[in-house]
Amino acid sequence: MKLLKLVPDNTDIKFLRWRVPFYVISLLLMAASLTLVFTKGLNLGVDFVGGQMIRVTFVQTPAAPVAALREEVAKLGYGEPIIQQFGKPNEVSVRMKLPEGSDQDAGLADQMARKITAGIKSAHPDARIDGVDSVSGKVSGELFRTGMQALIFAMIAISIYIWIRFEWQFGVGALFALVHDVTLTLGLFALTQMEFDLNIVAAILTLIGYSLNDTIVVYDRIRENLKKFRRMPLPELLDLSVNETLSRTIVTSLSVLITLLALLLLGPNVIFGFTAAITLGIFVGTYSSIYMAAPILIWLKVTSSSFVPTETAVDRQERLARERS
Amino acid sequence: MLDFPRWKQVWFWAITLIACFAALPSLSSFAGAAWPSALPDPRINLGLDLAGGSHILLEANPEQVKRQRLESMEEDVRNRLKQAEPQIRIGDISSKDGTVSFILDDPTRIDAAREQVQTLTNGAQLTGQRDWDLQVMDGNRIVLTPTRAGIDQAVVQAMETATEVVRKRIDALGTREPTIIRQGSNRIVVQVPGLSDPAALKNQLGQTAKLEFKLVDTTALPSDLAQGIVPPGDEIVYYANPSKDGAAPMAVKRLGGIKGDQLADAKPGNDDRDNQPIVTITFDQQGGAKFAKLTSENVNKPFAIILDGKVISAPNINEPIIGGTARISGSFTADSANQLAINLRSGALPVDLKVVEERSVGPDLGADSIRKGMIAFGVGTGALMLFMLMTYGRFGVYTCLALIINTVMILGIMAGLNTTLTLPGIAGFVLTIGAAVDANVLINERIREERARGRRVHQAVEMGYKEASRAIFDANITNIIAATLMFFFGSGPVKGFAVVLVIGIATSVFTAVTLTRMWVSGWLRRARPSDIVL
Repeated sequence: MKLLKLVPDNTDIKFLRWRVPFYVISLLLMAASLTLVFTKGLNLGVDFVGGQMIRVTFVQTPAAPVAALREEVAKLGYGEPIIQQFGKPNEVSVRMKLPEGSDQDAGLADQMARKITAGIKSAHPDARIDGVDSVSGKVSGELFRTGMQALIFAMIAISIYIWIRFEWQFGVGALFALVHDVTLTLGLFALTQMEFDLNIVAAILTLIGYSLNDTIVVYDRIRENLKKFRRMPLPELLDLSVNETLSRTIVTSLSVLITLLALLLLGPNVIFGFTAAITLGIFVGTYSSIYMAAPILIWLKVTSSSFVPTETAVDRQERLARERS
Repeated sequence: MLDFPRWKQVWFWAITLIACFAALPSLSSFAGAAWPSALPDPRINLGLDLAGGSHILLEANPEQVKRQRLESMEEDVRNRLKQAEPQIRIGDISSKDGTVSFILDDPTRIDAAREQVQTLTNGAQLTGQRDWDLQVMDGNRIVLTPTRAGIDQAVVQAMETATEVVRKRIDALGTREPTIIRQGSNRIVVQVPGLSDPAALKNQLGQTAKLEFKLVDTTALPSDLAQGIVPPGDEIVYYANPSKDGAAPMAVKRLGGIKGDQLADAKPGNDDRDNQPIVTITFDQQGGAKFAKLTSENVNKPFAIILDGKVISAPNINEPIIGGTARISGSFTADSANQLAINLRSGALPVDLKVVEERSVGPDLGADSIRKGMIAFGVGTGALMLFMLMTYGRFGVYTCLALIINTVMILGIMAGLNTTLTLPGIAGFVLTIGAAVDANVLINERIREERARGRRVHQAVEMGYKEASRAIFDANITNIIAATLMFFFGSGPVKGFAVVLVIGIATSVFTAVTLTRMWVSGWLRRARPSDIVL
């Protein structure tokens, strides 16, 4: 039986030769992402800014009548709605700011939801109301804060773990690769204006985990090779490690992509943004493990001495005794 | 590494089988089959986003608890000093600036007063502190300051009572399987599966239902009241329904009324005369006695029935009411009378609760999500297995077996721990499968490499597992770190995702590393192959 082999044995691709241009590109992309996030901003969902979101599915129409819907809802006097399709063209979310004074009287928000859903249903008999989310400003502020805390703490905790298991240079490298991945993902969300909600925070945490999976596999091989080939120049050793793990990297990334594609194409539309974020993260994460996490070790001057135990006085005496006998 | 004594094998198979059996009830319910009721029945709960239902987050304001505490202390002090033998006379009690303070008419009795008031304070929790600080100032003034521990304890008690009241009210509505839990220091989460329009529920919970009977001060001049001048000892109240009863303010006596918390029952009904909806309340023995006393002492005077600070009606007391039953009429509808009756039966909320977050999901969307999630899961796993078989041959078969067991085990453990499967949870499930495969990929690739370096089969397999384990371990620890932080910082759906991830990491290490190693070593021992296809 002939097995599928995606990567030939003994590849010798000089990945690290291009480290400087790739670093420049990545840094530019990160800068661009940050600029986008700060100028265009993230399209924050009701989870994070508060407000009301009504999800509507048009059961018989192939595409939701967004413009008509916007006009109908605006006519009700609660301000302009933000209407967005998600997943399928016939599913939309209608987002509104909570009405004045709803902090004091929760009934006002209810009234608004009632009027809007009734308005939509009377104008479009095939509209199915799939859910209503109302989040007050106070709660959304907390959700945003705790979400960001989760992200930052996760990155720091993971880096500390890598530092303990490897060396400080590896910890810095892993942290940098993670910051890179998260920044680019945020940039994508700012660019496409996909809705950024609590689920996306979970997605980013997941891709941090996966990106790190890759980084750790490469780092583990680098550590092993540093012990094995003490005199090999570092760039060469990094290339060797990346090449040795290349087959695994490709097979694993493909495996995860297969499941993600199934989820993206066939899965529930509600988590489309979530799956999209992770799918992008798989590409970015694989790339960053090779081009961000590895080369930084050259600049931070990792040596094999970090992993070879130094000889203690007792060891030395024993060795000399052995040599004499 | 490849030695598996008999006891170890038995042990591993036992773990696998137990976890898989725990998944059976859930699997059969997903498939729509009945599960025999005689057997143990651990189930995975479906989250609201899958099953449809409502999630309501209620919040109380701790300031309100503090204020109420000051007010009741004020009243207690007044009563206690009045009852002292001989009576201790004091000037006005002030409860402004967050303290209760008063001046004695006769400074020589300061020690007696101090002793009396001291008995009103209690130890707070286990802190060793008292719930109020008592100070004597200028030799004739006593100041009571609430302590931190006292306030905290009061808030905790208020929230416990509130949670209990919320539970009673929801039960009274006949809702099935609600989840009611306290969250943080001043919040309550209510989740009701299957309820996609929570408006009625929110109305029910939004009513504090504090019922009071207070005497109307008929001497107060309407012109004064209109200008906001309050006669001493009175307070101003308004009608709950100004369009029907008029918007004019009414003065009622602050003290001497009774509260509606000593009720034995409350029922909605209709007035015999005009057939309007009313609520009939029955006092308990103590409450009935108080009510009889109030009504017999004030025949032919009006008294106000006040609900949550608003007057429902202000009838005249025509004769003493000694039977302990009273009828409350007002502008009720049949629904609002029923709602009030339920709320009076379940007791008043000790604090007002406000809805700060609400999510509802219709049943169609949930069913749709489950169906699509299952399809995506099936197709994804199927394609993945095919890929593994094509890439790793016999070792791919082990990988696929491990995958299937992994899936069932996750379901089993989730059912055993009674966790909730949410929509992001399904995504977490699919992703766990991807990650589980990574462990096998690492191992198989390593075995391939070791074979390429010329090691013999047995040794290559052993090295493969040993060398790959390090990276698998590190990678899983970091994922656990991420998932743990998700669990503690995330809310709702994110938490559900984290739970699946953590369980999945644990089972994937067991199935992808331990079980496959056992199978591979068994095969190597039996077949003693000189070469492997990998």
